Amino acid sequence: MENIADKYLKGLIEGGRRSDGRKLDEFREIEVKVGVMKNAEGSALVKIGDTKVIAGIKMEIVEPFKDTPEEGVLKVNAEFSPLASPEFEIGPPSEDAIELARVVDRGIRESRAIELERLCLEPKLRVWGVFIDIDILNHCGNLLDASALASIAALLNTKIPKLENGEIVRGKFEKALQVAFKPITITVCKVGNNFLLDPSYEEEEIVETKLSFGIRDDDKICAIQKYGSKELEFSDIEAALDLAVVKSKELRKLLG
Amino acid sequence: MEARKIVLPGEVVCERKGRKLGRGVYEVEEKILTKFLGVLKESEDEVDVIPLAGVYLPKIGDKVIGIIKGVEVSGWSVDINSPYTAFLPIGEGVEEYVDVGRVDLSRFYDVGDVIFCRVSNVTKSKMVQVSMKYLYTKKLLGGTIVKIFPSKVPRLIGKGGSMIDIIKKKTGTQIIPGENGLVWIKGENVSKVIEVISLIERESHIIGLTEKIGKMLGE
Amino acid sequence: MRKIEVELGVVTRANGSALVKFGDTVALAAVYGPAELHPAHLREYQTGILRCRYSLAPFSVEERKVPGFDRRSVELSKVIRVAIEPAIFLEEFPKAVVDVFVEILQADGSTRVTAINATNLALISAGIPMRDFVVACSVGKIDNCLVVDLNGIEDNFSQADINFAFMPNRNKITLFQGDGQLTKNEIKELISLAKKSCEKIYEVEKGVLSGKYSRQIS
Repeated sequence: MENIADKYLKGLIEGGRRSDGRKLDEFREIEVKVGVMKNAEGSALVKIGDTKVIAGIKMEIVEPFKDTPEEGVLKVNAEFSPLASPEFEIGPPSEDAIELARVVDRGIRESRAIELERLCLEPKLRVWGVFIDIDILNHCGNLLDASALASIAALLNTKIPKLENGEIVRGKFEKALQVAFKPITITVCKVGNNFLLDPSYEEEEIVETKLSFGIRDDDKICAIQKYGSKELEFSDIEAALDLAVVKSKELRKLLG
Repeated sequence: MEARKIVLPGEVVCERKGRKLGRGVYEVEEKILTKFLGVLKESEDEVDVIPLAGVYLPKIGDKVIGIIKGVEVSGWSVDINSPYTAFLPIGEGVEEYVDVGRVDLSRFYDVGDVIFCRVSNVTKSKMVQVSMKYLYTKKLLGGTIVKIFPSKVPRLIGKGGSMIDIIKKKTGTQIIPGENGLVWIKGENVSKVIEVISLIERESHIIGLTEKIGKMLGE
Repeated sequence: MRKIEVELGVVTRANGSALVKFGDTVALAAVYGPAELHPAHLREYQTGILRCRYSLAPFSVEERKVPGFDRRSVELSKVIRVAIEPAIFLEEFPKAVVDVFVEILQADGSTRVTAINATNLALISAGIPMRDFVVACSVGKIDNCLVVDLNGIEDNFSQADINFAFMPNRNKITLFQGDGQLTKNEIKELISLAKKSCEKIYEVEKGVLSGKYSRQIS
């Protein structure tokens, strides 16, 4: 349902302005802090404006999947805890949380940022499992870009635990986890005929369609997802893609 | 037998040329597109598509068959074979003054009773009200009810009632078709009528159906 | 493209249904509604709602799939819903619900797009008011060649794939999902390949629908 506040925001955007004074393609201030959790093998806190997302990496020894007996396992899970927003509810992960986790997963997996074949300990029996858990701490819009950024930042911060007699020794580390690429996810939102980046919570309410791109350092696109219940024009895709590629370079710089 | 043209959603069927649009079509830049799988009905002043399937969505003025499904404080809730339950307020259901504090409303209509009523109001958010205050509206006693596609009801009635008159006359049976796809039948020849109705439902878009049915019943 | 087969009205209790085969991938979709939505607090006063549930039958894949709703099914259910939603006149049935159940009976790649095609045909047969068809197909890159309608093996060995759906008369995109590594130019080429393939699928589907209902007449 469209209320007068939504109409106001839409009117602003049509005129190329936003309620917080940003340009349409401008992100809020981004802060990336790594190594924020001492019990995780890697972690990162990302703030985009008031949106706060934490990603923690745990490394475990697991059985490989049957169809990839010589590869490590990568798993991404997202938790939309009710503490972060009145819209989030208690219970199993919502559709949105699952979709977010799976899009972050594809951005990392398909970019080959982590070479899973290097994480095999004993074919068919034991491989490293890399578990990325995303925890939303405050939902003020653009959770996907923040979650993806936190995830790659946390991976870059991850150390592989030391093994003794095949067992993990917590707190001692072998070496840093190798990360081959730094994929960045940028979500382009369509409001009327304008494209918008990094929507605030209020702006997300009026966004009808979104396109997310996972973009690698060499500008290759590794993951694409269309969101929203409205359609897109063919010309939208190229325009959104160009915008996302430019922006991805900016965000990648924050990873050092 | 000649058939009418079948159209599919999204199909551009014609130019608008200032004509009225029915519920089965919509307009994009002066072109008229179809919403339903259905049959195109195009005339000088209106364009519409009659759907071949779909549930009944009530509109004001429809004559429908309803089944009382609840007796409430100030009226009755009525199943009209639609996603929307209708409401029959006391004032629209009973002529006399009713003191709701003293009278049990089920005295007038009880759960399971069948009524032939008129859709008297449909709000934007689909609050549906029905009324019994018209000449043709009545409580229907006994008989049976069959369901057909709501879009096929006009075919069952025929032009100026031609089809239904033939069936009534040849079978000596009472038939009341509700525009919501419920048809009430009572009399000696109920099974014959049901057979005829299902034939009409199957072959509703044939031109010359009335003659065919007439012949079938004449034999 | 693999052989496409369509059968309509297989679930007679549903308002509309369709079985769609793309080669060995088989999807069955059933549509119920619009119907009264329960519980009442889920009702939207200005629009109807669409619910989709995609599932894989346990016997549809090589290794038995544990029955029930896994994370992939949750995501794909949503992806299918938002691919279909732009085409439906949901505002015509406020407070009501249209339920779509789509099950993959046999999986050999491209299951979500097959599911979308089945859903579209089931919705049309159910008499749901729609702006247009929603036609879907998958495209991808294998050994640096661009391919259409990936089967299971191709899906596993592809360098990249895109799932695509669009409204052929309105020329608008409703599903755009991709994995792998693609350059901007490859994406452009894949989109135009997907569009062409969808147009072919559209012709097949139109033929089946008007064929069935014209047969009813004669």
